[in-house]
Amino acid sequence: MDPLDILLDPLRSGIERRALAEVILLGGICGALSFWIMSFRLSYPAESLAHGLLPGLVLASLAGVPLLLGGTCGVALAAGLVALASSDPRVGADSATAVVVTGMFGLGALLALSPDAPARLEELLFGDPLGVTDSDLLASAALATLGAGTLAALHRPLCAVAFDSPGAGALGLRPGAVRLALMMLLAAAVAVAVQGLGSLLVLAVLVAPAVAVRSRASGPARAMLCGALVAAGAGVVGLYASHHLGSAAGASVALALCAAAGAGAALPERVRPPGAPGGGASPARRAAA
Amino acid sequence: MAPPPAVAAHDLSLGYGAGPALEGVHFEAAAGTTLCVLGPNGGGKTTLFRALIGDLRPLAGEVRVAGRPAYLAQTERTRLDFPVSALDVALMGSLASGRWWLPPRRAERHAALAALERVGLAAQAGTLFGELSGGQRRRAMLARALTQDAAVLLLDEPFAGVDPASAELMTAVFDELRSEGRTLLVSTHDVESARSFDLVLCLNGLQVAFGAPGESLGREVLEATYGSDLVILEEPPERPVRAITVQHHEH
Repeated sequence: MDPLDILLDPLRSGIERRALAEVILLGGICGALSFWIMSFRLSYPAESLAHGLLPGLVLASLAGVPLLLGGTCGVALAAGLVALASSDPRVGADSATAVVVTGMFGLGALLALSPDAPARLEELLFGDPLGVTDSDLLASAALATLGAGTLAALHRPLCAVAFDSPGAGALGLRPGAVRLALMMLLAAAVAVAVQGLGSLLVLAVLVAPAVAVRSRASGPARAMLCGALVAAGAGVVGLYASHHLGSAAGASVALALCAAAGAGAALPERVRPPGAPGGGASPARRAAA
Repeated sequence: MAPPPAVAAHDLSLGYGAGPALEGVHFEAAAGTTLCVLGPNGGGKTTLFRALIGDLRPLAGEVRVAGRPAYLAQTERTRLDFPVSALDVALMGSLASGRWWLPPRRAERHAALAALERVGLAAQAGTLFGELSGGQRRRAMLARALTQDAAVLLLDEPFAGVDPASAELMTAVFDELRSEGRTLLVSTHDVESARSFDLVLCLNGLQVAFGAPGESLGREVLEATYGSDLVILEEPPERPVRAITVQHHEH
């Protein structure tokens, strides 16, 4: 096969062009967001939301309403139940979350595997980037725009709270409100990204990019930018691999993301000469100013 | 009429749920004075500071501070793995002005650089916070407080665990702040250093004494503040007692 064909072949189909646009949009925003998910230690809550929303997706699929609506309701319900269960000090937040999430996941599977349900459980669990519609793309574009705006506006509070939460409070910020805003953005990202990557695999795009760039990041802005590039790139690589190898598209994208994370984690820690300039978020902040 | 005090506590009672941890606190400090908060570990020094920054709601009574105070915490709760430079940390002080959604202005950047200069960290402005030494980290946090440009500064055990060179630099900065007319509240368990302050507040679960050091730091007050941790070195007639305290660190 001509090397050029390897690159151009997937671009010839509208389905695959849409899939590429979807993984680039989702990779861009979720890759940037993943830095904050890691910095605020939200990987487990992210997983909980992604898995706990399954009944919402299944019910939307059964009722024939947009999956985004089901995903949004599912995320809201899962978040509410997790918050409620976690407030019982006798059980502890981790265990309570595990029970709620497994329960929700079981409920979703039960609904999806009932005799008169359409056979779409696989797609809901593992996602199907090739199945994205124009309205899915629109939702992803809206998420990317709103998410980027939110992350830009909240950049300084996010840095201050992640670095020193009590100190940020003494400076007049409200760490709880900052954390809540981040959680809401995370929930929105899960609800949208789950359309393309599924309830089980969506976590890859929310966590793996930050792991991939962690050891090289010299500042939050750079870490977000690199995370976005790595996630979008891994998404494209995954789709090309899927096209040429005939592998499942969602799983290929997730594997490419996790491979990037593995490679990034294996890289040696960045060595800085003492007193070297740079670092921090200053370059991007200067650019933003 | 006298100007309102820069810092005041009236019949203050503070706690964390199971009863008060600090009671009967009643003092006022005028603008430009330096106040030493003296007491053993667990005596309520940090609890008082948390109330003054608005982090802890009083069980009873009230606190008043002129403007938002700058706060240098005793225990570092910073995330050393979070990638921010010393300059980024100093710049965080300008968040107190309330414009959190905008990137820092040029003037704020200059103020942060000047603050780093003051604490002797100009050369480390671009160094990641996690790569600084313990004393340098403390000075970077002080730079954050300086950038805030607050009229009142709360410094909780500022010299605890700090190398002598950093301590000397910080002392010079505190003297400058004092001469600029700012109000300084400094907590310590070091009795001897308390004598150089305008006022001293002794806490041991309750307010033991408040006033000028010469009048307040007598043998009875020190014994009530420190109990068996107190070692009287010398008690010459007509002169203040000299004493040190033995600290039990249980954490």
